[in-house]
Amino acid sequence: MTLIDTRTPDPKRLIPGATGDWEVIIGLEVHAQVTSNAKLFSGASTAFGAEPNANVSLVDAAMPGMLPVINEECVKQAIRTGLGLKAQINLKSVFDRKNYFYPDLPQGYQISQFKQPIVGEGIVTVSVGPDRKGEFEDIEVGVERLHLEQDAGKSIHDQNPTMSYVDLNRSGVALMEIVSKPDMRSSDEAKAYLTKLRTIVRYLGTCDGNMDEGSMRADVNVSVRKPGGEFGTRCEIKNVNSIRFVGQAIEYEARRQIGIIEDGGTIDQETRLFDPVKGETRSMRSKEEAHDYRYFPDPDLLPLEFDQAYVDDLAKDLPELPDDKKARLVESLGLSVYDASILVSEKAIADYFEKVAAGRDGKLAANWVINDLLGALNKAGKDIENAPLSPDQLGGVIDLIKEGTISGKIAKDLFEILWNEGGEPRQLVESRGMKQVTDTGAIEKAVDDVIAANPDKVAQAQAKPSMAGWFVGQVMKATGGKANPQAVNDLVKAKLGIE
Amino acid sequence: MTDLTALTIAEARDQLKSKAFSASELTDAYLTAIDAANPAFNAYIAVTHDKARAMAAASDEKLARGEGGALEGIPLGVKDLFATEGVHTQACSHILDGFKPRYESTVTANLWADGAVMLGKLNMDEFAMGSSNETSYYGPVINPWRAKGSNADLVPGGSSGGSAAAVSARLCAGATATDTGGSIRQPAAFTGTVGIKPTYGRVSRWGTVAFASSLDQAGPIARDVRDAAIMLKSMASVDAKDTTSVDMAVPDYEAAIGRSVKGMKIGIPKEYRVEGMPEEIEALWQKGIAWLRDAGAEIVDISLPHTKYALPAYYIVAPAEASSNLARYDGVRYGLRVPGKDIADMYENTRAAGFGREVKRRIMIGTYVLSAGYYDAYYLQAQKVRTLIKRDFEQAFANGIDVILTPATPSAAFGVADQDMAADPVKMYLNDIFTVTVNMAGLPGIAVPAGLDARGLPLGLQLIGRPFDEETLFQTAGVIEQAAGRFTPEKWW
Repeated sequence: MTLIDTRTPDPKRLIPGATGDWEVIIGLEVHAQVTSNAKLFSGASTAFGAEPNANVSLVDAAMPGMLPVINEECVKQAIRTGLGLKAQINLKSVFDRKNYFYPDLPQGYQISQFKQPIVGEGIVTVSVGPDRKGEFEDIEVGVERLHLEQDAGKSIHDQNPTMSYVDLNRSGVALMEIVSKPDMRSSDEAKAYLTKLRTIVRYLGTCDGNMDEGSMRADVNVSVRKPGGEFGTRCEIKNVNSIRFVGQAIEYEARRQIGIIEDGGTIDQETRLFDPVKGETRSMRSKEEAHDYRYFPDPDLLPLEFDQAYVDDLAKDLPELPDDKKARLVESLGLSVYDASILVSEKAIADYFEKVAAGRDGKLAANWVINDLLGALNKAGKDIENAPLSPDQLGGVIDLIKEGTISGKIAKDLFEILWNEGGEPRQLVESRGMKQVTDTGAIEKAVDDVIAANPDKVAQAQAKPSMAGWFVGQVMKATGGKANPQAVNDLVKAKLGIE
Repeated sequence: MTDLTALTIAEARDQLKSKAFSASELTDAYLTAIDAANPAFNAYIAVTHDKARAMAAASDEKLARGEGGALEGIPLGVKDLFATEGVHTQACSHILDGFKPRYESTVTANLWADGAVMLGKLNMDEFAMGSSNETSYYGPVINPWRAKGSNADLVPGGSSGGSAAAVSARLCAGATATDTGGSIRQPAAFTGTVGIKPTYGRVSRWGTVAFASSLDQAGPIARDVRDAAIMLKSMASVDAKDTTSVDMAVPDYEAAIGRSVKGMKIGIPKEYRVEGMPEEIEALWQKGIAWLRDAGAEIVDISLPHTKYALPAYYIVAPAEASSNLARYDGVRYGLRVPGKDIADMYENTRAAGFGREVKRRIMIGTYVLSAGYYDAYYLQAQKVRTLIKRDFEQAFANGIDVILTPATPSAAFGVADQDMAADPVKMYLNDIFTVTVNMAGLPGIAVPAGLDARGLPLGLQLIGRPFDEETLFQTAGVIEQAAGRFTPEKWW
């Protein structure tokens, strides 16, 4: 593959070294587990968390004479993902064998796609940010290819002093390997790309994106160079299993490489591991120790072929993707790009928001979801999937504001009650007497009371009209915040005779 | 009662239906013959007495009710390459020690579904790699044929040597076999039996231990053309578990036998006249030509120009696939495990002890030709040759040729532990010179006995047909069989 530099060095992304600034070049190979009931070439279940070796078919265990049969659902998922990455779908692709020995690889080879992958080049638009000014910057990261391959099983080394155990539940599970071009120039960009990729597959329903369950992992290729210079020698950091770790691994690795070069050394092309405990990468094997995988077309499988109509059918049923959703939220609901970016960043947030916004004021819904709900979730360390408030409840709060039943301030209290205790917003407002007082008689009485009790302030206010606000505050306090603030304001001014 | 083991499948089938004898009697006759004669041949490496009797009893019940499949009550031997549930399945390798699968291969399941009875598992070259049945972990198989006036043991050919010997010595009515480069046709020729390798995709490979996946195909070895046709009809099927199997109706092959070959065009490829080929083989070929001409067929000289590259290309493609297919025998999950100080050591000890010399040689060749820097020069080049070989045949068939006639082997059976062959593996590989092209092109090929050489040993002719046109092969082979007669070894055991 020829490396093409698609980016112009940007001073704000450079890393300062002893000999001047450095630019880090990053490419990601993301392994995303295909969402499917059965494995790529066998009927065994892919369910997470089963007893060891419970989901293993004769094919997965590589019993003599077993043959792989392609699972069409996995093929569809790969095509959907390719479409989501705006990538070329190859109507003919070929499965190859990647040969190596390891106890958790029963066949002695992994069935993968080497020369002819199912998906070719594509593009992912990544919003990096927000920066300190709250702004996002869009960059484009090229996708080199996406191919289907089998996952390996799991070797367990810590259960017995002299033996290793092997769990084949994952053996043969379908993975999509999504290979980016070396288009990223900072750890933030790499994290944003990975986040975006996860968002896309979650929108598509082609991978659950759960990195803590191993459904998504990244091999991170890192090299450094003087800005605009030749690409440096890269190191590949294998199997990084969280977005945060990807960032940490890149930061560490870039500085390690800069240090070596600045000390007069050279970078050895090698495979490295990231140790999240120590926050460092360390050598796993050098280029000389690299395996010769002896790839060749798998003779048990015919080339994978389908026609354009098959692809078109899948394209027709594709859900709305984050970029399209963002554009729609900005255009039809009048949201700011900032708000829309936050709302589409995760499918679960977008789904929540759309339920709240349905038939309501979009901007108001966006404010409540972003400022109140996401703020509270963030503070409580909760995901939106576990939000104490349902979209219906939050929508109910917004309805009450909109119809003037409660003030914005009361709404915040109501939100808190719903968060802590639950309940039906309208009933709570009734039962707890939180209704906004619009009855001018009641408000008038409260205004009269405050004026009567504070003759000195009346005089001051008449001399200095801005003092009227003090009276408004007192009235609001006296009414427990339930009075309509506008009505109070009008009445205070009228009674005090100020304009 | 006459010796029941003398009956062909067709004869036994008809007499079982007419209740001349029972399936249990037929099975017992074979089990008795096996127990008496197998020590002389080493054709069976496992005899399943109880299973055979139980299956025969079940067949008798069906026959009594006037039911039963196409092979109801017919006792068969099964090459050790086919997975048979709960029964020894080791591809005659030490590395699969003790392996008894929990599944049944599609081919054998098809046979049992049609009522056939399993007598046991048949010896073969280890992982089907060999042309003399001498690479088996269980020792060589002895050919029931001996040269006139000689007591010297001869090989039955390979890799399906156990199948061929058992059929020839009447230790089964018919046998399953497999053919990757000639492993059905060469032993059939060496033992005076009929063996057909069907078109690639005609028979499911599921549950058959893989040697070279793009070349492997199962087929029968039987006493005559009709029996081979009956067996193939049962063995063939499309199989959802093997995506290289082809969804085409399986014709009634038996019905093709006896049809005239009048007007048929028989191709005689000049490239099969190889240097050093014995006079007798050439004479046999000419005899075959004469029989078919006499039967009204038109003889056409043809050229298959890339034939000479077939054997070297085959010995790249087959070992390449084998080196990968045999990677699963690692001592981790089943079969032999020889402990070691770490995992790599365990792998090395297990595979060193578990595989025989020929298997190791092919794994090494295969690993080499797929290695970085060699792939293009060897594997890729061999695949290109393969395409050209295929095109040669396509051209011939496009020119109107119906069947191609060649010798089956370049010689008759040779001696056990032949020094020349032991010293030079390539000499052994040359046994496949007339048969590998057929596997490389994925075509059907049948070996049919056509005469005896001067020493009284059987020789065979090979017919090669269009893809999925096995019917024409049976039809043509029937004519040769009619003219040549049948060949049975003189009993010395």
